[in-house]
Amino acid sequence: MLAMNFRGPFRVRADYDQPYPEIEHPEDAIVRVLRTCICGSDLHLYHGIVPDTRVGSVFGHEFIGEIVEVGSSVEKVKVGDKVMVPFNIACGKCAFCKQELYGNCHEANPQSTAAGGIFGYSHTAGGYNGGQAEYVRVPYADVGPTVIPEWMDPDDAVLLTDVVPTGYQAAEMGGIQEGDTVVVFGAGPIGIMAAKCSWLFGAGRVIVIDQYDYRLEFVRDYAQCEVYNFTELEDPVVFIKKTTDSLGADVCIDAVGGEAAGDTMNTLLGRKLLLQGGSTTALHWAINSVKKGGIVSIVGVYGPIDALVPIGNVVNKGITIRANQASVKKHLPKLIEHVKNGIIDPKQIISHRIPLEEVAEGYHLMSTKLDNCIKPVLIPPSA
Amino acid sequence: MTDETNPAEFQNKRGGEHSHIKGWGIDRDPKNDPTYPMKSRTDEEIRGYTWERPEQQPVNIEVLKSVERPNITAVFGTSVPPSGLSGAIRRYAFKYSESSYGRWLPLVLADRINVFEGYFDDISKGTFPNIFAERGWKAELRYNRKSFVLKSVLAATLTTAGIILMINRSRR
Ligand SMILES: [Zn+2]
Ligand SMILES: [Zn+2]
Repeated sequence: MLAMNFRGPFRVRADYDQPYPEIEHPEDAIVRVLRTCICGSDLHLYHGIVPDTRVGSVFGHEFIGEIVEVGSSVEKVKVGDKVMVPFNIACGKCAFCKQELYGNCHEANPQSTAAGGIFGYSHTAGGYNGGQAEYVRVPYADVGPTVIPEWMDPDDAVLLTDVVPTGYQAAEMGGIQEGDTVVVFGAGPIGIMAAKCSWLFGAGRVIVIDQYDYRLEFVRDYAQCEVYNFTELEDPVVFIKKTTDSLGADVCIDAVGGEAAGDTMNTLLGRKLLLQGGSTTALHWAINSVKKGGIVSIVGVYGPIDALVPIGNVVNKGITIRANQASVKKHLPKLIEHVKNGIIDPKQIISHRIPLEEVAEGYHLMSTKLDNCIKPVLIPPSA
Repeated sequence: MTDETNPAEFQNKRGGEHSHIKGWGIDRDPKNDPTYPMKSRTDEEIRGYTWERPEQQPVNIEVLKSVERPNITAVFGTSVPPSGLSGAIRRYAFKYSESSYGRWLPLVLADRINVFEGYFDDISKGTFPNIFAERGWKAELRYNRKSFVLKSVLAATLTTAGIILMINRSRR
């Protein structure tokens, strides 16, 4: 079958001789992929900053598809069902799944206790092949996969597997109270959704900071928020203080993670030398821009290695930090309603549709922000 | 550079009229304020490692297990088992805790070595890696032709200059 194949940093290709996935566990299903995305967090793998990303891996944690085979104990979904598959692999039985922390399942990743199991996201996230392929093995098929409602556009459905729930959870973890000023660092797909969802929690003001004007223009229109390009500000932290009565924002959201630009030291240590879990510039700005007693919500992906985080300021300012991978399954029922009622229109953020065969171009496009790229969707020939 | 931002131009307008934003405040929950104590748990976690585990996936490949776990998880990925020199380094890394540099730095090294193993693997199977295609430069050609052509010309010039320099040196 056709699948993406990682060959090293900045090098991927589509190979036609990749082996078909097999049922390896009675709760597995095999899904024929209909749509899959390249995610901003795939770029961390693509750029080689996530340890234990092995050559030959298939990436892709955002996908929808049709079930073509099920293991012997799968009951809730059947062959022929069209499903959206949450990016986290979760058993539904462990201590964490029972608390609806599906992103933190303890029965999906032998290699790590910190990270859960994620499709196509290195061996640090379980060593699973991902959805940038014609077919993919989906473990715990009775837990994650959710049947796509008849009325739903497949383009909306694929964004519900990660982008929308992650943005939504970023806003939710911010504990936004009515009238709060929310600053979102990063205008990628997750930042765009976080800004949009902040209003649903009653934000009074939503500000987005990024370095690309085209992304800022997009999020301003899509999420009706204020936008600022940090390359035009002398110091984004000072700017946010000034624009929030000198106190700081109530809630800051880091929707960037380890690829942040804007700080030489962080870039050198985090992105070039790989001595930090990525560059922590966005997190620095979030911690330093939030008001005392405020909340910093982190959904940006960082590698497992320690990072230079201004922890002294966290203590001195009494900041609450909340962070997690989104527990997609927990949010899906509500988000499906929001899509149905037209409150969130996910597919508007799709900027490119690319055949799976051209996956290398897709990654290059996403990585270098060519052609005003926001969100590319890959379509397998068998879709 | 001086910051000419004028605070007066950026009044912090709170409240305001948000009815034009579809769905404003529909998920508002005053109780969702993590700066105040709150707990909404099932207390499952205090019972420890006692849940009814899913059936164990047969372990018929080499799986590296975190030393912080008692066992291999009920399911796991089987994408690329450790092999070669990079595999040996990965095995070494997994002797250390997830909180140790001994765990992560060797993995970073193994990833780099693995890239070269990938080259050898490709060549041994008779495919010579097409770096131009794998780096997705076709997209550069399509969307950024001008800068791409410039970069290529520059690279070609530098390479040619380098070769001439080397030839001249070896003649001497
Ligand atoms: Zn993603
Ligand atoms: Zn679980």
